[in-house]
Amino acid sequence: MRGRVFLILLLLCGPAAAEQSILVAVSGNFSVAGARLAEHFQQQTGISVRTSNASSGRFYAQIVNGAPFDVFLAANADYPARLEDKGHAVAGSRFTYATGSLVIYSSTVDDCYRALTDKEAGFVAVGNPGTSPYGDAASTFIERGGLREAVSGRLVYGENILQALQYAVSGNAVVAIAAKSHVNPRDLPSEPTCVVDVPRGQYDPILQQAVLLTSNRDAARRFLEFLKTEEAREIIRQEGYEVPE
Amino acid sequence: MSLYGPLWLSAQLAFVTTVILLLLGAPLAWWLAHTKTRAKPIVQAIVAMPIVLPPTVLGFYLLILLGPRGAVGGWWVSLTGNALTFSFTGLVIASCIYSLPFAVQPMQNAFEAVPRQTLERAWTLGATRLDAFFSVAVPLSVRGFISAAVLAFAHTLGEFGVVLMVGGNIPGETRMVSIAIYDHVETLNYGAAHQLSLVLLAFAFIVLLAMFALNQRWRRV
Repeated sequence: MRGRVFLILLLLCGPAAAEQSILVAVSGNFSVAGARLAEHFQQQTGISVRTSNASSGRFYAQIVNGAPFDVFLAANADYPARLEDKGHAVAGSRFTYATGSLVIYSSTVDDCYRALTDKEAGFVAVGNPGTSPYGDAASTFIERGGLREAVSGRLVYGENILQALQYAVSGNAVVAIAAKSHVNPRDLPSEPTCVVDVPRGQYDPILQQAVLLTSNRDAARRFLEFLKTEEAREIIRQEGYEVPE
Repeated sequence: MSLYGPLWLSAQLAFVTTVILLLLGAPLAWWLAHTKTRAKPIVQAIVAMPIVLPPTVLGFYLLILLGPRGAVGGWWVSLTGNALTFSFTGLVIASCIYSLPFAVQPMQNAFEAVPRQTLERAWTLGATRLDAFFSVAVPLSVRGFISAAVLAFAHTLGEFGVVLMVGGNIPGETRMVSIAIYDHVETLNYGAAHQLSLVLLAFAFIVLLAMFALNQRWRRV
């Protein structure tokens, strides 16, 4: 019996003990791109990348409380900056790896914009502005677009930006103000009935920054460098983001 | 929205759910306590399922079922014009399913403990079945009702996963206390999270303490 317990413990230790492996906290909106990047990086270097997905706000709280991530791919610049300030991230390692875009999405109506302006149209799903940078951007869009009155009483909040989209995919909300990266027909269970880009001036650019959390892991540093290569940038572009020059 | 608004909303949800579960759960518990049908284990298993199912499974199915394209939700929309998801009413339905076993099981146990003879005596004295239920079974099962009410209320008050999935976090409508705490933690507002969490912690301890203390006293009598 004792031998068996020992064996199980040994097996459990196995993957964690592997030296060439890094743990990356990936903001929910970047999950698909993050997984593709991890795969390419792994093929090139043999370093295995394990990714974990959640909202940036949750990762921030987890990292402050000692979560063992090596790299954080956030959905904004604010959380990485605060981690640097507090000494939880390597100073100067921060850079913008992608710029996100907002779209209006529906799986029920043909005219997305009208569903936003029509007070009778049904629920409008957005990300929680407190925890989701895309939700925050959606709030700005609602203000600048003069939609506050039209959507009043119709807003529902997803815990993260993907849940906001999912409310519209399942037809529970008539439209969602979602991340462009999520509205990829390949990843959706059915064809959207409309997808409209939110005009650029209607919200502040969603600068997504990456930051190094552990200074003693060379593999983690290499992963961040990989994100700056043209190969990685092409993948990021394909997934619906812009990349900085 | 005040700090304690979501707490008050959760209390309302828990209260409505508890009343409905006592009213609908009692006949079901009574039937389960006395039925001799072979289907009893099947019904028992269905009733107990919310105890073991992850709230995400319930939440996922409810989102589909209660949504405007779902069987129940679609019917509700044609009836009232409003959707069930993202509404207080929808959460009441979800909570009734989620807390069902916590109401039914204590009542069923209490009903099973009512001696068959006592009931038969009441019947021979001319009481109808309904009379006998209210004048004999109910007074003897008070403990079961109290346990059922306390557990259903407390369990609904603490509901998280299902509310997260079908609630939509609307202030004053579906932003329950568990979601509010979650948001406070996520936005690093630990002060507010502590205040609400402490209330829930104290509440959970006090109601359970009261229930166990009451149980012990009854046992001694």
